[in-house]
Amino acid sequence: MNNSNTRKLLMDRSVEGKVGATMPSIDVPLQTLPDKKFLRENLAMPQVSENEIVRYFSSISQMNFSIDHNFYPLGSCTMKYNPKLNDDIAGFPGFNEIHPLQNVDTIQGALEIMFDLQNILAEITGMSGTSLAPMAGAEAELAGMLMIRAYHINREDFKRKKVIIPDSAHGTNPASAVMAGFEVISIPTDNNGNTNLEALKNVVDDSIAGLMLTQPSTLGLFDTNILEVVNIINSSGGLIYGDGANLNAILGKVKPGEIGFDVVHSNLHKTFTQPHGGGGPGAGAVMVSDKLIDFLPDPIITKNKMDKFDLSKPQKSIGKMGAFHGNFGALVRAYAYIRTLGKEGINNISEDAVINANYLRIKLKDTLDLPYDRICSHEVVFSAKTIKEKYGVNALDIAKRLIDYDIHPPTMYFPLIVEEALLVEPTETESKETLDEFIEVVKTICEEAKTNPDLLHNAPHNTPNTRLNEALAARNPKLNWRNTIEESN
Amino acid sequence: MYPVNLKYSEEHEWLLENNGIATIGITSFAVESLGDIVFIELPQIGAEITQFSTFGEVESVKAASEIYSPISGKIIEINEKLETEPELLNNSPFEDGWLIKVEISDNSEFGKLMTAKEYESFVNTGS
Amino acid sequence: MVNEYQSTYTPNTPKIRQEMLSDIGVDSYKNLFSDIPEKYRFPELNLPSPTSELDLKNELSKIANKNSIPGDYSSFLGAGAYRHFIPSVVKQITSRSEFMTSYTPYQPEVSQGTLQAHFEFQSMVCELTDMEVANAGMYDGATSSAEAVLMACRVSKKFKVEIVGDVSPFYTDVIKTLTQATGIEISYNNIETILKNNDDESPACYVVQQPNFLGEISDPDQLKLLSNKNDALLVVISEPMFLSMYQTPSYYDADIVVAEGQPFGVSLTYGGPYAGLFACKKDYIRQLPGRIVGETIDSKNKKGYVLTLQTREQHIKRERATSNICTSVGLIALMSTVYMALQGKKGLKHLSELCYHKSHYAAEKINNLPGFKVQTNNFFKEFTMSCPISVKELNEYLHENKIIGGYDVSNFINNGMLLAITEMNSKEEIDNLITILSQV
Repeated sequence: MNNSNTRKLLMDRSVEGKVGATMPSIDVPLQTLPDKKFLRENLAMPQVSENEIVRYFSSISQMNFSIDHNFYPLGSCTMKYNPKLNDDIAGFPGFNEIHPLQNVDTIQGALEIMFDLQNILAEITGMSGTSLAPMAGAEAELAGMLMIRAYHINREDFKRKKVIIPDSAHGTNPASAVMAGFEVISIPTDNNGNTNLEALKNVVDDSIAGLMLTQPSTLGLFDTNILEVVNIINSSGGLIYGDGANLNAILGKVKPGEIGFDVVHSNLHKTFTQPHGGGGPGAGAVMVSDKLIDFLPDPIITKNKMDKFDLSKPQKSIGKMGAFHGNFGALVRAYAYIRTLGKEGINNISEDAVINANYLRIKLKDTLDLPYDRICSHEVVFSAKTIKEKYGVNALDIAKRLIDYDIHPPTMYFPLIVEEALLVEPTETESKETLDEFIEVVKTICEEAKTNPDLLHNAPHNTPNTRLNEALAARNPKLNWRNTIEESN
Repeated sequence: MYPVNLKYSEEHEWLLENNGIATIGITSFAVESLGDIVFIELPQIGAEITQFSTFGEVESVKAASEIYSPISGKIIEINEKLETEPELLNNSPFEDGWLIKVEISDNSEFGKLMTAKEYESFVNTGS
Repeated sequence: MVNEYQSTYTPNTPKIRQEMLSDIGVDSYKNLFSDIPEKYRFPELNLPSPTSELDLKNELSKIANKNSIPGDYSSFLGAGAYRHFIPSVVKQITSRSEFMTSYTPYQPEVSQGTLQAHFEFQSMVCELTDMEVANAGMYDGATSSAEAVLMACRVSKKFKVEIVGDVSPFYTDVIKTLTQATGIEISYNNIETILKNNDDESPACYVVQQPNFLGEISDPDQLKLLSNKNDALLVVISEPMFLSMYQTPSYYDADIVVAEGQPFGVSLTYGGPYAGLFACKKDYIRQLPGRIVGETIDSKNKKGYVLTLQTREQHIKRERATSNICTSVGLIALMSTVYMALQGKKGLKHLSELCYHKSHYAAEKINNLPGFKVQTNNFFKEFTMSCPISVKELNEYLHENKIIGGYDVSNFINNGMLLAITEMNSKEEIDNLITILSQV
């Protein structure tokens, strides 16, 4: 439903006297309220009845795409099916109602789940220790970089102020490195999609604290020089941070810890199905090798000789990442997911994810440009460069036209090193039928680019809003009810 | 293609010299690659700037780019209109979209700048 | 050959996989992992076997029941996370798959539901805090306060930060963690000393908590003096139920206001996920961290919403971003949005006053108990009481009597317990607490 009434905001629906929730009774004697000077004069909040609120939010929700309705081949995001069982389990009162500051004796069940999850994630990544404290992938990246910093300072090596990051990296990598006090040295990716070894050797010296690397890379490619890369960094005394955003591709196929990574994070909302929620919440577990165990964020869950669990602060911990202990609601879901799948299921994920991506690679390599013609991982990067040159239609246009076919656009213009990039990640939860449909749609759209380019330039056509004016939004920001735009009809 | 009465730097700035005062802006090439400009950050009047160092930032919807000065000197005027009309940069990068005016401190620095023709071939060979 | 296991989550059968593999041009899925160095390929995963839904629910419900659950126990625990009533509509709406399983709204044409809801959230946070702009939420109140400190330092180009009065140790811990590599110096002070002192250079910001960690509400006029003392920014850490009733930070010219949004519609869930509120003056708009939703029009002149001012963020500015934040708190912010819509102007007033009446009723009774004394003068729903025995012992005793007691603040006040009372604590529960305490 996308009539104009759906777009009417709550404050515009507000009518004096309407009530949306029942009021609990005042069962204690009334107390003297504070002096007026301590109190606010007015609170401007909507007054709308309960059913109107339900109808409002239900209607606007239907303007969204979502995994439960649409295919989301979003590279780098792992938009896979979110199992409903996980929500049920996270909703058990014993998990949902407990307070973070309860005495540990009274929440042993919660700590047991967290302890088990710590071990599972360490096992999957081949690492020695885990903290579940970071509340998103980016926070885990920051934790990882702060640990690397603390490690060198602890060794009394104060020269290590730089971090090497490939040009294909996700923006959170350099942003996190800078927040951790480092200078970023960017190195190029070579034409095969691997780390440029010469460039790496040129910048490596004893001022390098470490390297941040995503494996497989954001191009969906596993670096064939990985052992050499690890060796170069290790020899210089630097540490290696593994961005685990693409863990979906390597579950049970390789353990980063065994290859030589010193710290790895995992986005639990990607690989382990914490629902994306329209932009969060997520959770970012961070796993480390023996070198960094003492520096883990606070808290980690420990178990004593009497099998009693506790919240502990590692000896040289970099500190707390949030007020409490991490996003427990997300941790429970990830745990339930991993236990549902078990060893066989976890192994199965990477197999189907990689099969699905390679299937798309083969079927679309003659429709779009394929900058790296080699076996890909769980995602494949295409380019709209030739189509742009021939028909004046670019990656953005193709992406927006996919919407008219009820498919969420893939990741566009990322990684930055690929011109007119379209990064496609199907995930293992999509069927061959869905992939075949996607292939047909992409081929159709590329035909449309030739015969009717305006259809793409003006796409999408069937959504509640057509292309929105982002320049206007940034030039003249209207960010709340107090200042809104006058619509001209 | 580019106004011949201006000088150009490799970071895509232009300069118009008149009686020891330089009017400075960014070229149409830079503006086109940024897209719709939404915000420009400029320094205060009186600030000293040096050739090829940054003095501000230009933001579009999808990118943010630092601006490097083509000449050294003291800022004597900034284009106040840009605060409410950043689109001037898209519509008229070489005229109404000027950024700052600078009192030139070292005339020899002109040697490091390009002519319109040199800039054009610089842009065409892929900067 | 492919793995014989068939998950309910992966639709392709072994037969279909074989077809796809043959289209790809390889014999086995193993060929697709040939880029991984052979020595490390296909390691052993030491994990348990798959578990059915029925079995897993049985196993995990037993584990969940090992925990003492507020509800079964009456709970008076607060200190930054509070038990408030959540109307049924909140869960229903936020469980809708269109909200729950949608992605970050980078493609606005397919995300208007999320974007419009975020716009409502930002607006409500502005009304609650009476500040000019708010973002779409941050991980929690503590990281919001750390980001506020980082922002104040960026804006003022100074590196000294003063934490004023008794601010939550959890929050100061997180501020220290997130600023440890930035050269920011954190010092501690109290408001009386600062106001008396005239010759110190002003720091980047003062950070106050209102009410403070122990529940004490500062005189807003005092805070106004602090704010106007010099050009340091004033960062105020507050609480949403408190803000529904009390004088707003705009009265004392706060520059940045942060708070934990959890009390509004979010279950306790052992500490997360929550949603940090972040609001500030519009002068600082370009230095705001986190996502911001703005209004605009489309090619047909219809109103719509987009993520805006994105050049602050990491996906564009990378190492020069205002923060490294990517995934934030979308669904949790929605819970608070629906909650605030349901409660509305009247509901929030009623609830906040109800918390006030209950906490003051409890405090009066506690003051009549020998050995106990309320140490907080002006408080809202939380206050500190000194106890005749150690808080640890007291909480053990309370637990035996099916009560979860308050937080141990003995390092602030000798044998001090921080007690929170909300609309979830009935008169019976409060009277029962008093009876049990009287037996100590």
